[in-house]
Amino acid sequence: MKWARENLFSSWPSALATFLICFLAWKLIPPFFHWAIGNAVWSAASAETCRAAEGQGACWAFIAEKHRFILFSTYPFEQQWRPALASLLLVLLWVLSAFRSMWRWWLSLVWLSGLGLIGALMWGGVAGLPYVENERWGGLILTLILASFGAALAFPLAILLALGRRSSLPALRALCIAYIELIRGVPLISVLFMASVLLPLFLPAGVSIDKLLRAQLALAAFAAAYLAEVVRGGLQAVPRHQSETAAALGMGYWRATWLVVLPQALRASIPPLVNTFIGFFKDTSLVLIIGLFDLLSTVKVSLQDAAWSGFGVEAYLFAAAVYFVFCYAMSAYSRSLETGPARGAGAKQALAEGDRLFASP
Amino acid sequence: MKKSWLWQAALIGAAGFAVWYFASNTAQNLEARRIASGFGFLSREAGFEIGETTFFSYSAADTYLRALAVGLANTFRIAALGIVLATLLGAAIGLARLAPNWLLARLAGAYVELLRNVPLLVQLFFWYALISENLPAPAEALNPLPGVFLSNRGLYFPLPGDFPELSGFNFTGGVGLTPEFAALLLGLVTYTAAFIAEIVRAGILSVPRGQVDAAYSMGLARRGAMRYIVLPQALRLVVPPLTSQYLNLTKNSSLAVAIGYPDLVSIANTTMNQTGQAIEGIVVIMAVYLTISLSISLVMNGYNRRVALRGVAR
Repeated sequence: MKWARENLFSSWPSALATFLICFLAWKLIPPFFHWAIGNAVWSAASAETCRAAEGQGACWAFIAEKHRFILFSTYPFEQQWRPALASLLLVLLWVLSAFRSMWRWWLSLVWLSGLGLIGALMWGGVAGLPYVENERWGGLILTLILASFGAALAFPLAILLALGRRSSLPALRALCIAYIELIRGVPLISVLFMASVLLPLFLPAGVSIDKLLRAQLALAAFAAAYLAEVVRGGLQAVPRHQSETAAALGMGYWRATWLVVLPQALRASIPPLVNTFIGFFKDTSLVLIIGLFDLLSTVKVSLQDAAWSGFGVEAYLFAAAVYFVFCYAMSAYSRSLETGPARGAGAKQALAEGDRLFASP
Repeated sequence: MKKSWLWQAALIGAAGFAVWYFASNTAQNLEARRIASGFGFLSREAGFEIGETTFFSYSAADTYLRALAVGLANTFRIAALGIVLATLLGAAIGLARLAPNWLLARLAGAYVELLRNVPLLVQLFFWYALISENLPAPAEALNPLPGVFLSNRGLYFPLPGDFPELSGFNFTGGVGLTPEFAALLLGLVTYTAAFIAEIVRAGILSVPRGQVDAAYSMGLARRGAMRYIVLPQALRLVVPPLTSQYLNLTKNSSLAVAIGYPDLVSIANTTMNQTGQAIEGIVVIMAVYLTISLSISLVMNGYNRRVALRGVAR
């Protein structure tokens, strides 16, 4: 009672807000649950059952009917355990990397072998697995692959760009600034258009790069510019005397950067890096516009089946739920890093500094 | 010292070589495909219709240049309206997150988490499906308020002395939003508002507690303390990230191409498909967005300097 008085009815406006919210909840929440659960059609032999309930209940039977296509696209039906296993492996890699105790140099080896294994699983052609060309990859695994390989490609590039932007060499600095600002100034779609339409023109006649690879490179090039700015924030948080001391100890630029500056800078920028990565994960859905079959794309294509058209709200709620699970897990993780025990006061201060610089998502 | 100059010369040489290599390949490829480069196509007849226009009148007999101008005007319309509405909604939600009312704060928090963690494109498709599939036909349009009509052909709002009326298959009069525009606006505003809410919250929380206590002890009420003490200080921290959200909204409006609102990217895309002038089309898109990005940053930097200086001068 005391809690309610202090937190819900502390003043007249507050009490009014409480009543208003309760009234709206009473008006909206029960009908929503009736639609989403009570009156929903969970499985149906044909769309007619759903159409009979239209307006009254949700048609989750649509998802049940199309789930194999939504998750795996046109990957050969008997082989769909392979993308399923690959998706699990990728998620496992991300979960492993989330632990502080795993942040060692050999983590990159784990990633390399993990990504190699996933490639073998998806393409096949080894260990008795039939070969599947990557035009047939799609669904959830494509979204995960685009995000993971994109991050893996973008991250080293981002570090080089960030170092280049702080370099004392004017030509290098100018090139890096031009790249970062150009990419950050244009929408991702234009970069994807460039990769899908212009890249084939740029290459000599007869040389062609696969559509998936082109989109992957474009995503990585785009993400690198944003990640570079986060890494730069981390670099700025490392006190100048650190690199000066390293130089005084006789270390060259690369040794000092690799052993002294970067470890501190990266540790400071992990929460904003995770936040940038969440944005990047969401951005992979744009490959739909250039005709790749990621998760959102397979959902949209499922709706084009004339027999099942008209269930867009259910379909996109499902897509939203899948994306939400991944993104919310990452953002909860990022928050736990910010508030969790940091290593020593210096790291904590660096963390705070990095957050201050990159409070914007 | 000498070594660094060699380094840079090599770098510039490599960059120059890459540009030359791509350019010469492109020239060869274009020749093989018989595509004439250059912007001459802009004065040719476009030959396609555009669903809705802002400011410019347009018909299929007009030139590509005019079509692109219509697209740009449509981009400006959605961006300007979106920025204003997203700022209002975002500020309201940001303040609600800090409200003493537990329920209100929780509700605002849930809103932010939900909207930020779902891709904008999914949200746009969702709103578009909701409007075009689930709203009734114009004849049975929902009429929640007098003069407001919601149907699958668009949303209609009254103007003073000019009420929407059903005539034929759709409404006329008042302000009408097509389903595409309404879905895009709704998606952009609700999505960006979630980010703006977090910025507003962080800005307000950054003002030290002592400032608020001092304001109270000087006899200011909660509202007055907010208005005269907290907000002016918070604004300084809020402006830079707010600018990047405005830029994001403008860039995100290019997702219009996915739901069929004729913005600049959508029309440039149609132009590229019809004429094969891919390079020119992408150059137009990139040049326009770079110009918008740079101008918004300039304007906001100027504003930022003003708020910052006023604070210092006092």
